[in-house]
Amino acid sequence: MINLNAGAPKVPLAEQWATYKAGCKLVNPNNKRKLDIIVVGTGLAGASAAATLGQLGYNVKAFCYQDTPRRAHSIAAQGGINAAKNYQNDGDNVYRLFYDTIKGGDYRARESNVYRLASISPEIIDLCVAQGVPFAREYGGLLANRSFGGTQVSRTFYARGQTGQQLLIGAYSALSRQIAEGTVKLYNRRDILDVVLVDGRARGVIARNLVTGEIERHSAHAVVIASGGYGNVFYLSTNAMGSNITPAWSAYKKGALFANPCFTQIHPTCIPVHGEFQSKLTLMSESLRNDGRIWVPLDKADAEKLRQKKIRPEDIPESKRDYYLERRYPAFGNLVPRDVASRAAKERCDAGYGVGTTGLAVFLDFSDAIKRLGKEAIAARYGNLFQMYEQIVADNPYNTPMMIYPAVHYTMGGLWVDYELMTTVPGLYAIGECNFSDHGANRLGASALMQGLADGYFVLPYTISGYLSGEIHTPSIPTNLPEFEEAVRNVNDRLNRLKNTNGSESVDHFHRKLGKIMWEYCGMSRNEAGLNKAIGLIDELKKEFAANVNVPGGLKEYNPELEKAWRVQDFIELGDLMVRDALQRKESCGGHFREESQTPDHEAMRNDDEFAFVAAWQSRGSGSAPEMHREELNFETVSPSQRSYK
Amino acid sequence: MIFTLKIWRQKNAADKGGLVTYKVEDISADSSFFEMLDMLNQQLIAQGVDPVAFDHDCREGICGTCSLYINGRPHGPLKGVTTCQLHMRSFNNGDTIFIEPWRCGAFPVIKDLIVDRSAFDKIIQAGGYVSVNSGGIPDANTIPVPKPDSDAAFDAAACIGCGACVASCPNASAMLFVSSKISHLALLPQGRVEAQHRVQQMVSTMDSLGFGNCSNTYACEAECPKEISVVNIARMNREFLAALLFAEKEKQISFSL
Amino acid sequence: MFFPIETIRIMDSSARTRFSSITSKVIMALAGLFLVTFLLVHLGINLLLLAGDGGQSFTAAAGFMATNPVIRIFEVVLFGGFLLHMVFGLIVTLRNRASRPLRYQHKSRSETSPLSKYMFHSGVVVFVFLILHFIDFYFVKVGLVAPPSGIDRHDFYRRSILLFSDKGYSAIYLVSFLFLGFHLNHAVQAAFQTIGVSHNKYIGTIKVVSILYAIIVAGGFMVIPFWFILVR
Repeated sequence: MINLNAGAPKVPLAEQWATYKAGCKLVNPNNKRKLDIIVVGTGLAGASAAATLGQLGYNVKAFCYQDTPRRAHSIAAQGGINAAKNYQNDGDNVYRLFYDTIKGGDYRARESNVYRLASISPEIIDLCVAQGVPFAREYGGLLANRSFGGTQVSRTFYARGQTGQQLLIGAYSALSRQIAEGTVKLYNRRDILDVVLVDGRARGVIARNLVTGEIERHSAHAVVIASGGYGNVFYLSTNAMGSNITPAWSAYKKGALFANPCFTQIHPTCIPVHGEFQSKLTLMSESLRNDGRIWVPLDKADAEKLRQKKIRPEDIPESKRDYYLERRYPAFGNLVPRDVASRAAKERCDAGYGVGTTGLAVFLDFSDAIKRLGKEAIAARYGNLFQMYEQIVADNPYNTPMMIYPAVHYTMGGLWVDYELMTTVPGLYAIGECNFSDHGANRLGASALMQGLADGYFVLPYTISGYLSGEIHTPSIPTNLPEFEEAVRNVNDRLNRLKNTNGSESVDHFHRKLGKIMWEYCGMSRNEAGLNKAIGLIDELKKEFAANVNVPGGLKEYNPELEKAWRVQDFIELGDLMVRDALQRKESCGGHFREESQTPDHEAMRNDDEFAFVAAWQSRGSGSAPEMHREELNFETVSPSQRSYK
Repeated sequence: MIFTLKIWRQKNAADKGGLVTYKVEDISADSSFFEMLDMLNQQLIAQGVDPVAFDHDCREGICGTCSLYINGRPHGPLKGVTTCQLHMRSFNNGDTIFIEPWRCGAFPVIKDLIVDRSAFDKIIQAGGYVSVNSGGIPDANTIPVPKPDSDAAFDAAACIGCGACVASCPNASAMLFVSSKISHLALLPQGRVEAQHRVQQMVSTMDSLGFGNCSNTYACEAECPKEISVVNIARMNREFLAALLFAEKEKQISFSL
Repeated sequence: MFFPIETIRIMDSSARTRFSSITSKVIMALAGLFLVTFLLVHLGINLLLLAGDGGQSFTAAAGFMATNPVIRIFEVVLFGGFLLHMVFGLIVTLRNRASRPLRYQHKSRSETSPLSKYMFHSGVVVFVFLILHFIDFYFVKVGLVAPPSGIDRHDFYRRSILLFSDKGYSAIYLVSFLFLGFHLNHAVQAAFQTIGVSHNKYIGTIKVVSILYAIIVAGGFMVIPFWFILVR
């Protein structure tokens, strides 16, 4: 059993980060330029980290699979970014943001990391504004805020419905500046296929140049993984088509622990699935729930008629509508946290009240808000979302209710990291969505952007200097070391195997199949029998993939099918780990709902006595089952309570 | 629905390339343009033919990865929409659809429909940022920004860097892209400090990369999926002239006129 | 042509290092705007042909233009304006052509400002007319070309009447001014855009003024041959 210790300073929570910073070892500027750092991924976390490390004078190599860093999927975040600025004077402060995050995460996150996140949050806004991020403003010229995702204070900063885009462009421009200054070298269109360890320390990566197919070796004194989440394990998700687990998964296979893989977030306000050929789900900002009311017909017969398009939603009178969130959770109503809202939608649809052609949709209705505020005001708030909805569904939400259904959106699990954001492999860091640290079992709205930027701009640049201060005597790592040779050999072998399988099914076939297994058995609600069944199904799929995948095209050329094949193979292995994690966690918490663990009125029931821990999984090689280690969660500042939104 | 596709196929940058005709059948009107291409590719893989390579990622119209010159228009027939948000219901059953890569000397083809747009990165690297480090920053509310300025800056900042402006311009000019960044930062006090330097650097980098000149056809504005206005180009011209005529001379750097 | 393509290439490559894209355009736009004001003056004088006074006022105005020292100086400036407008127009056009070495297979269907894609073409038509115009008037005046028999080389009035009585000449004249109209319709608003005078507040006004100007100038010039044909 590995002793998992986060290593936060042993002082009261509020003093930890200051204490850490005061005692943290630094690297002098002359030495910084002799130290190389690899950053994998250029989303909010990766770009902000690479930019900041470059500013500090380190030699940074930044990698992304996209054609340019500005495309990373952080760009798709719509709603906003939280910060405990208390500009609205509505009683917000660092402690409250910390508390909301811990509680929202259903008490499965580590207090020390979350408190640090909350305390850094105001600085992020300062920096982003200085970079020129055009946050929404009031007529007085000061920053505007909105309330978001069930919080009782207005602490969310936003840039229309495109906050992620604007923040990413800010980070991308900071990164571009460093590229121009020569402190960061950008490697775009690269997949990171392996992490190289030398003497137990992370010393480099093996990359595939996606344009030429060349296998490249890159060495460094430390490696930072910022490769995002793994929602695409479900095939249909709101993630970008290229989002993948591969860099984090190679870290896992090289010994880094993978924590809480079963914690996935299902977002309640997505556009429903419309057909078998669908490739991607589209999320609409949760902010829609601020003014939209969610309902299904009170009558099953009406639901049936709606499914057959015999009647329109407007035809159903007020008295025949079931505003089930307002009914079940009078205190929070339509603003309950994401997991609660998602499950409630599934519950209604499973019970036969679902609408849309598939029966897997509920209404999100703006008619009251339009009556109350006027169409203009609603258009100003949600115009772009309405437009997007109309574009996809060919229905006008100003006239008829939107249809929504939950979809996989974010993954709280990820590489286990300590207080310094270092994985269990020395010199290997994980930041942003690809680590597990801050959101527990459920992430609050507008917190992902906050975490990515906090990690990249303000946490990692400090914590990595502690490690690198011990590396100043290590010269540049040569890439002809036996460890690199071996890694390249392994990568080439696996690529050849994929290429030469010459099976009869395309990669997408397997991906879709995996997605169905995961959604069915490890999706919004899970049970022991289903999870056990899933392990078998995934194992079969794994074998079938190895025997029967068809990857056209060559190895030494631009070959998107080959890229996908590698990624999907990793997703299949990850799927297995997720199911195992979901199986061992015999409690319901946050996004993880075990049917065996619910209250009589079907609410999630946590089990703090047995499961107040982080499950961190260690790879035991492809032949054997992974081993689970525990990091006990000690709540010293807040005391866990059952969440109630009634 | 049934479609005849005429798709530009080109093995790599060195290959000459040409249009190849394909037929797709059984396409739902609700499927997106890319889902239609996915289906074509599944068909091609089954036939042992190299699938068509095209750039795409978020498929929700924000990342700017997707391109495609469809029937003579970047991002296809709809206004204010990227290719990934285009649905087959926007076409007629039986249509012949021409699909070509962006054409511009500064955007060389990598394969099939994929082009290399790193020229845009180089332009941003030339000055599309505010030179602040991650530290020592004043409180965000220290500098109020008039809401109209902030809104206008946002309108310009909405650019997703897809390159449709270049693709649609008869001169393959990048001025809408460059001016959107110039405007975004020039309208905010935070970006004002470096505005003169920025506009000169970015324009000279843009010129050196071989993009054409704006001849005010405004095709870019008509095709921009984020509907960015050519008013930004006027602003860039203004900023550039002001910098050219009135900027204090910088010590180390000399600009061309 | 005055400028063989090769000369232009060399000029362009030296201009490229010296003049940025925007500077080139601005020079072209400013020269263009200068020509725009000149056109109004020219139109004013030409319309005197219609005064019905046997060419008295027209000849007086032409005489004033030909002898006034200030105007004489401005004539040089005017030539400079034409030269700059054309040289930079060519430079910009060549750069634009070079920026897309491989063209699309499918014709562009992008919506554009009317006729804006054909500025070079309409410019060339106007330029060709300008050469004719020089041969007919300016070169005659300075003695490079002999005037038709019986007409003094300074007698622009009779020279004009003679030309307009030729249907072929009138047709060329009309077509040329139609193209000038097309050119101006886009040119005026584009020049404002290029020098940075454009704003959501008055972009519409500029467009309307531009179109009105094009109609007035092109129409004004075109009235003359009609008048000669129909009225006289």
